[in-house]
Amino acid sequence: MNSSSSARSATRTVAVHATRLAVILLLGGFLGATLVRVAPGFGTDESDLDSRLSQQSMQALRQSRSSQDSLAGFYVRYLGRLLHGDLGTSRTLQQPVTQLLKDRLPETLKSVGLGLALAWTLGLTLALASVMSRSWFVDLFGSLLAGVLLCVPAAVMAILFVIAQAPARLVLGLIVFPKIFRYARNLLARTAAMPHVLTARAKGLGGTRVLLWHVLPVAAPQLLALAGVSVSVAFAAAIPVEALCDLPGIGQLAWKAALGRDLELLVNLTMVVTAVTLVANSASDLLGNSARAGAV
Amino acid sequence: MKVARITALAFLVVVSAACLFADFVAPAPYARQFRDVPDAAPSHQHLLGTDSLGRDRFSRVLYGTRVSLLLAPAAALLASILAALIGGTAGFVGGWLERCVMAATDLFLSLPWLFLLITVRALLPLNTAPFTSVLITFALLGCLGWAAAARVICADARTFCQSDFILRARASGSGGFRLLWRHIVPNLKPVLYAQFWIAVPVFILAEANLGALGLGVAEPLPSWGSLLRELESFSPLSSQPWQFVPLVLLIAVVSCFHLAMKKQELSV
Amino acid sequence: MRQRLVRLGVLLLFVAVTGAAFAQSGSQLRFCLHSEPKTLNPVLMADESSETVRYLTGGVLMRLNRLTQQLEPELATSWKVSEEGKTISFKLRAGVHFSDGTAFSADDVAYTMQQLMDPALHSPTGDSFRSAEGKVITKVEAKDRVTVIFPAPVVGLDKLFDQVAIMSASSPKKEMAVLGPYYVAENKAGSYLLLKRNPNYWKHDAAGVQLPYINSVRLDIQQNRDVEMLRLVRGEIDFINAVDPEYFDKLAAQAPGTVTEAGVSLDSEQMWFNQVASSPLPAYKKAWFTSTNFRRAISNSINREDLARVVFRGHAQPAVSWVSPANKVWFNAKLQPHAFDQKAALQMLANDGFRLQNGVLRDREGHAVEFSIITNAGNKYRERMATMIQQDLAGIGIRLNVVTLDFPSLIERITRTFDYEASLLGLVNNDLDPNSQMNVWLSSAEQHQWNPEQKTPATTWEAEIDKLMRAQASTLDQKKRKQAVDRVQEIVWQQEPFIYLVNKNAMSAVSKNLRNAHPVVLRPQVYWNIDQLSLGSEVAQNR
Repeated sequence: MNSSSSARSATRTVAVHATRLAVILLLGGFLGATLVRVAPGFGTDESDLDSRLSQQSMQALRQSRSSQDSLAGFYVRYLGRLLHGDLGTSRTLQQPVTQLLKDRLPETLKSVGLGLALAWTLGLTLALASVMSRSWFVDLFGSLLAGVLLCVPAAVMAILFVIAQAPARLVLGLIVFPKIFRYARNLLARTAAMPHVLTARAKGLGGTRVLLWHVLPVAAPQLLALAGVSVSVAFAAAIPVEALCDLPGIGQLAWKAALGRDLELLVNLTMVVTAVTLVANSASDLLGNSARAGAV
Repeated sequence: MKVARITALAFLVVVSAACLFADFVAPAPYARQFRDVPDAAPSHQHLLGTDSLGRDRFSRVLYGTRVSLLLAPAAALLASILAALIGGTAGFVGGWLERCVMAATDLFLSLPWLFLLITVRALLPLNTAPFTSVLITFALLGCLGWAAAARVICADARTFCQSDFILRARASGSGGFRLLWRHIVPNLKPVLYAQFWIAVPVFILAEANLGALGLGVAEPLPSWGSLLRELESFSPLSSQPWQFVPLVLLIAVVSCFHLAMKKQELSV
Repeated sequence: MRQRLVRLGVLLLFVAVTGAAFAQSGSQLRFCLHSEPKTLNPVLMADESSETVRYLTGGVLMRLNRLTQQLEPELATSWKVSEEGKTISFKLRAGVHFSDGTAFSADDVAYTMQQLMDPALHSPTGDSFRSAEGKVITKVEAKDRVTVIFPAPVVGLDKLFDQVAIMSASSPKKEMAVLGPYYVAENKAGSYLLLKRNPNYWKHDAAGVQLPYINSVRLDIQQNRDVEMLRLVRGEIDFINAVDPEYFDKLAAQAPGTVTEAGVSLDSEQMWFNQVASSPLPAYKKAWFTSTNFRRAISNSINREDLARVVFRGHAQPAVSWVSPANKVWFNAKLQPHAFDQKAALQMLANDGFRLQNGVLRDREGHAVEFSIITNAGNKYRERMATMIQQDLAGIGIRLNVVTLDFPSLIERITRTFDYEASLLGLVNNDLDPNSQMNVWLSSAEQHQWNPEQKTPATTWEAEIDKLMRAQASTLDQKKRKQAVDRVQEIVWQQEPFIYLVNKNAMSAVSKNLRNAHPVVLRPQVYWNIDQLSLGSEVAQNR
């Protein structure tokens, strides 16, 4: 009796989550399409300035670009095709979007993965060191490093990486690092100042034990939430970084699609980014909740 | 630590004074082109050399600091307030409101806002004064920059609402606004500060990047963003380390603010 | 005698062996494309990256030698243009095969022409052949003889075939079967293209070694010019076709001998005022912009010498009119660049009732003269030019607002909504023959930027340009054509619908490992003789 009802409630939770995800996703796609459609320059192309083209060709090409129907009509047709697994064709790159995503997504996943690994290793280590050592010097060093990295334009960082012959995708890590460091440091500092931690310290418990037994369990839910946010932040940062460093991932693709007002491609990319953000954030919420439940 | 704070404060005072009185301090108007000496090295006439059009870099840094130091924190403040209001309320109230707000932020974070910015530029009349266009740029950045911070703040607010001492405070009869004001807001302050200080340089850089898309500070007005854009063509072939002055200044100002604010933050 | 023969034989053998060594080594040429090629179909190519691929892979009937600027036979051993300029007959090379092994014949030429002129495909290359309505007929007379008949005379007909890559009519690989020195072996989207030498390429050097010498070409897609520079210095790429003025001097100092300046190029930078009658501008501004005095005053207030010296570091020349001085045949040598003379400018403005009051220029009705200039964001040279013009115009009391827009927004304003006042853009020009700019100068044309698609010419001077341009297009008499084109240059110089600012110099950088490279002004500046290029032995071994 009890187990079947809990199973039913679990099914319901999953169903609710899935519906919510789908609705937001569809909404995201539609809003993305709207933004592209109302943006100035939609339907233009560099061939508009090609003086070799004859009058007839020019007009025919313009016609073909502007003949797409209304926004709602486009979106309904798009969804219809989506149900059949057809994501459409990119106008600017003249390739099926499915193929483009298949080619580019792994590149971005690699960049984001590496970037996140670097950011978390560096960020969390420094945050822990600065909180646990309670040395203002370590704290200052971490803050300064984070501050410096926040202030350096991504393009400059990319150039410096090229000069140093380092892989450009690590730039992504350095962009995400300050956010992780600052948030984690504040969080840990606050947790370390909580009464039960102070009591534990007063009782003479060692640094590592205090950290493992008293600080981390309390900070875990928020660290997990941060993990989710950091994934979406890394994804968002991938767009400028890939565009600047010539990494052929979906960030670069999104940038080109934006500059070319490529509606089909952008709608799909918006959906992908929305999906990643949603999944990352929902996962962090769920993990955070269960960790909290565990802690309680 | 105290020495560091005083030094930081002194530095900030000097920088603010210099850029407030830029009209008197700057050796040349920021738009004046000394066309015979483009890309010059530092000299008596041009303390930081000149840029690619022969404009005095020191003067441009002073005026640029004025623009950015005024507007970027304002935009960051706007974004932080929005984030605190939206995230804090959602975390405090919880339930369906929280879920809706979180869904909205998810959506907000993944939309291609670039197009909104481009559209806004298209809607602005072409003959907009440079300062007005900067103002609009930063205002837009402020309005669009709240979502990531709101998530973090919401998570924080929720944790606090469920923590023991809030439960105790609730039990002892304090509720609603008083609870929010006396217990939750002070505890959210460090996170808010962190988000604010992350946002300031991010907005300055965002303004620089938008310049590459046509929405940003219009010539000839300088800003930190447009000064930092000079660095993009930095290469080991050009040995012009003084080009890095705007970057160093930005880092120094942000770090000093950080140092100077810390004590107050803890004393609250 | 006999000894001499032996020596000759040894020499030939040596040449053959070294040539073969080049060919057999795993030599790879590397350089950067600045964007992904938009298409690999030679008929539809229009962007620079696609054209690079077409140049490296496409076999053409004849090729314009970029150094001598003369046509040379390629797949056509000879050709003849009929007297009235409507018909061209080719005699084709025998025994040539596509990269996939299919034989080349007159049918392939016919197929290519049919594709090129297909009205549904809107090929930019095909459109440059279209001088009048009507069908293009291709007659295959024999396996190696083919004649193409156009409905009306096409001036410079033979030179246009430099752009036509012959496609296979029968190969199952379609446009991937090529006749040029290389074929596309690998296309890693957004990252690089790998071209391998065409095993069936017909050309051989004097010693009988099959060309090209270099085994493969790797085209890295690299948008960032700074990174491209670094990679050249580091030896990761072999050349840069067009070096930015900013880097030229740095490279010259750092790696002397790698950079060459081939002289002024065909490309120009210009600004123009919106003269469209239906534009949403206020009437008084339309009156300014349609006034010849106003445009000439603005032109005289711009210091072109400074633009060339400061913005382009001296690697540009003040522009005169729409034909670049680099175009030796067509340039009107009687014209000089407009001098920088703000006094004369104010005088001209006074003729139109403008006056300078407390440092602000006002028109007859008292409106302060203020306008905006739009240019594409991200192009630092144009942004800098606009900023310098801003300061120049401030000298005669005009306030200029510089607005940078992303390219699609800019295109929309200058081609659809006409909601702009002045624009600053450049013209990339590949063709020496002025006839290629027909669509710019005819008042009825779309590319007549300052006032496109006019039903009847708005001004008498536009009517005269129309007449002259049509006249030069309908005759093959070189002298008459030159006269007409010279006159059009004069009119443009006087009326300044486009205010020409500078012509950039053509500058290239070539690593010392690349042999036999002779960078020129015409595109493709460095690799125009791609099948003759070879790499130094050390590099050949390394790669």
